[in-house]
Amino acid sequence: MTIAAGVNESLASISNYLVYSAITVYTLAFLAHIAEWTFGSRSRVARTARAVTESAAAPAAPAVRVARRGGGTTVLERPQVVTRDGSEDRGAIDGPGAAGGSEQGDLYGRIAISLTVLAWLLHFGGVVARALSVQRAPWGNMYEFSTTLGLVAVGLYLLLLALGKNVRWVGLFLTTTVLLDLGLAVTVLYADSDQLVPALHSYWLWIHVSCAIICGAAFHLGALATFLYLFRDGYEVRQAQGRVGRLDSMLERLPAAATLDKFAYRINAAIFPLWTFTIIAGSIWAESAWGRYWGWDPTETWSFITWVAYACYLHARATAGWKGRKAAYLCLIAFGCFLFNYYCVNIFIVGKHSYAGL
Amino acid sequence: MSTTETSTGTGADGAAEALSTAPREDGGSTGDAPNLPKLGVTGWLRWFWRQLTSMRVALLLLFLLSLAAIPGSLVPQEGSDPVKVSEFLKNHTSLGPIYTKLGLFHVYSSVWFSAVYILLFISLAGCIIPRSWQFVGQLRSQPPHAPRKLDRMPAYATWRTDAAPEEVLASARETLRARRYRTAPGGDSVAAEKGYLREAGNLIFHIALFGLLIAFAVGTLYKSDGNKLVVTGGGFTNNQTQYDDLRHGAFFEPDNMAPFGFTLNAFHATYEESGPQKGTPRSYAADVTYFGPDGKSHQRTIHVNDPLNVAGNKVYLTSHGYSMVVTVRDGQGNVAYSGPVPFLPLDGNVTSQGVVKVPDAVGKDGKRDQLGFAGLFTPTTVIDPVNGPHSVFPALERPALFITGYHGDLGMDSGLAQNVYTLDTTNKNLKQFTDDKGNPVRKLMVPGDTWTLPNGAGSITFNRIDQWANFEVVHQPGNSLALGSAVCMLLGLAGSLFIQRRRVWVRARRTDDGRTLVELAGLGRSESPKVAEELAVLVSAVHAKAPTAAEEPQESQPDSLSDGDHSDKEQS
Ligand code: HEM
Repeated sequence: MTIAAGVNESLASISNYLVYSAITVYTLAFLAHIAEWTFGSRSRVARTARAVTESAAAPAAPAVRVARRGGGTTVLERPQVVTRDGSEDRGAIDGPGAAGGSEQGDLYGRIAISLTVLAWLLHFGGVVARALSVQRAPWGNMYEFSTTLGLVAVGLYLLLLALGKNVRWVGLFLTTTVLLDLGLAVTVLYADSDQLVPALHSYWLWIHVSCAIICGAAFHLGALATFLYLFRDGYEVRQAQGRVGRLDSMLERLPAAATLDKFAYRINAAIFPLWTFTIIAGSIWAESAWGRYWGWDPTETWSFITWVAYACYLHARATAGWKGRKAAYLCLIAFGCFLFNYYCVNIFIVGKHSYAGL
Repeated sequence: MSTTETSTGTGADGAAEALSTAPREDGGSTGDAPNLPKLGVTGWLRWFWRQLTSMRVALLLLFLLSLAAIPGSLVPQEGSDPVKVSEFLKNHTSLGPIYTKLGLFHVYSSVWFSAVYILLFISLAGCIIPRSWQFVGQLRSQPPHAPRKLDRMPAYATWRTDAAPEEVLASARETLRARRYRTAPGGDSVAAEKGYLREAGNLIFHIALFGLLIAFAVGTLYKSDGNKLVVTGGGFTNNQTQYDDLRHGAFFEPDNMAPFGFTLNAFHATYEESGPQKGTPRSYAADVTYFGPDGKSHQRTIHVNDPLNVAGNKVYLTSHGYSMVVTVRDGQGNVAYSGPVPFLPLDGNVTSQGVVKVPDAVGKDGKRDQLGFAGLFTPTTVIDPVNGPHSVFPALERPALFITGYHGDLGMDSGLAQNVYTLDTTNKNLKQFTDDKGNPVRKLMVPGDTWTLPNGAGSITFNRIDQWANFEVVHQPGNSLALGSAVCMLLGLAGSLFIQRRRVWVRARRTDDGRTLVELAGLGRSESPKVAEELAVLVSAVHAKAPTAAEEPQESQPDSLSDGDHSDKEQS
């Protein structure tokens, strides 16, 4: 077993400075997003732009161009793949995004994203410095777990942006939740840099907890999309009935409910096997640390509940009559279970998992 | 949507069905006539069975399972923390009995929890068996023929060519085969299907759930789990009588316990030396010599996360403490006791408590005069005027033993089982050693000290300090079945969620103008834009061999849009 390495105090305090700076910059990004949404809703252009997008998207027979062969003089007609959507969506189209076509709004949106990138880099530095200061994985207690989870969540978002996916709409909501997460981390959950108790000395800590963090971050994004889906879905129903709601000027700029729903489903379905693996890895670790792979410890129980809830969600998606809102509620319940496990079980219910330092 | 017909869902066409073995739901979007139960017992039974094995009920049962698991995490459980359960019963005199009746102290073996998962697993069996047959049937039969109207499929492409229909079909089939599609010719068309691993993965996942359940049951029924405290130099052999306590499942057989044992040679602990977490344990290691069923002995160091694996048993290091090696002489000057006495830690700095019982002591007068000592041991001693002696660090920096002595009758003959870690000082026949003024004598001893007891009752020598370690010996069969099932679950799940099952049809027909009309259509079942992308690749491959007829009259092209990102948006 490794003999305890000391704690590098200066790196530890650098880490704290970096995390605080990241919080500051995230706050600026949050404000820039607010500006983006505000200008977007004021903008007359928004409506026009929306009309434009609408007509551009209207011929919904997207074609996959097939490369032309040879360089003959005759113009060959290229066969195109015409797709039809088999799902029962209303044919609502994606909104134009937070800026709603307003140039100023768009500028603020770009500023917000740049600030998010900067904040993320600071955040990343903070987590790395913390890891270096104790020379171990930076997730030995709840403070470290929270900061790393926020880092991964924003990282996923930026990655999707970089891949050219249409995820800008989540920016405001994500910066909000990440600020909440970091705020809780530095106030309530803060623990000084330190070594681990022997029970946490294991490479399973790397595997199990890092997977849990990735799953948490992805589920977080899925839940945000689902949450917005519920609002947007309500908006589309109102639109169909010719009614108007208070948040409509905001909701009309979000992607279509079907898009949000699909986004959430893809993330959740893609990450579910990893969550399964996280639990299996945890059981293997429990088996080697405590002598049983499953003991209905509160944390184990709640990760099982979370797992079953997500399985429910996946079943619901495959079952006629449960798609849409009902499945969305299941998704939020499932993410609620994850959060409950993380905050409530860790803090208020004593089990074998209670983290060092809290 | 540019296509004129309204979409009625991909299941509308006969050929599109059975892309999955998932049970079809009544009242689903496919619009079947609802299957009303026929009257009669068998009819109702069949109806009940169909309900139980429907996805909707599976969903409900899954949801119930997660709800049912909740109370067990909020109410203390007999299995994991019996002390808390009795505390709870003491503090909640009205709630306690109700909870007991509801089985809330052993949720995971309660009737209602079992009922939910047993129903779920029956439903699962009722789901898996027909689906497996159906899947085998699908594997043995050919991909279904092309539906009449290919342009209703979710992805579609068409063009006219001068190549003969047979050529087109032959080259299409070749292309599809090269892409590992299963193909079947059918008149003017070729049918192809791929991605059977999705269904296989899904079935494997659900079957593996059974594997896990069986492993869990076997583990619970045959398990044995016991503790043994071993002082350095001491040993253990795996025998029911050797354990300090042993819990086991219903089918446990003491005669089948594996023959093995070990000796604890040394124990090492390191602690945080400074900082706010000073004294927090950093590492524990127990050096042992063990022998297995073959009788050969081996050396090993057991760490906290790293148990000894021997003869299907695992030996975990769970706690440690100090033992006092003492020699007690009685009033006759004979050694009445000599050896290590384990002391139990009271706090994180290993302030420990223990007793020495000497039942065989004989007094000065030659009569039996049992001796007993109660001690408090502090590895790094600080004597606080208010709190008394206590330890400030878990390692042996300034060890001291504070001891009081008793003589008389230890009460060990009463027939009642006695705790080896406490003295029954309420016993009237047990008298404490006092000084001249009648105050109890409390002695501070460091290793090497000898305390001569008053009135020639004997002496106690504190020879040295040893360590002890507590080991938990666990025998749980079925672990490898559980792990195997878990791995299958994971693989099955990955197949089921990441592989897309899809069909492609190619039709080539001679038209009136002598040309060949080529049509390709793709159908997938799950939410992915991949079908269209994949069809585009196929189209380009087939098109290369059968290019568009050159002097074709230009058809009007309403959608001049190019590119894949639209299909990304539109295709589900
Ligand atoms: C024991 C509890 C169960 C668990 C934990 C569970 C879990 C899952 C999960 C995670 C999936 C998603 C994988 C995928 O979409 O392919 C799934 C799919 C599926 N499950 Fe279950 N399941 C359970 C019981 C059942 C039962 C009782 C049935 C039958 C009624 C069933 C039928 C299905 C079907 C048909 C699918 C595939 C849906 C599709 O093709 O999209 N499951 N299950």
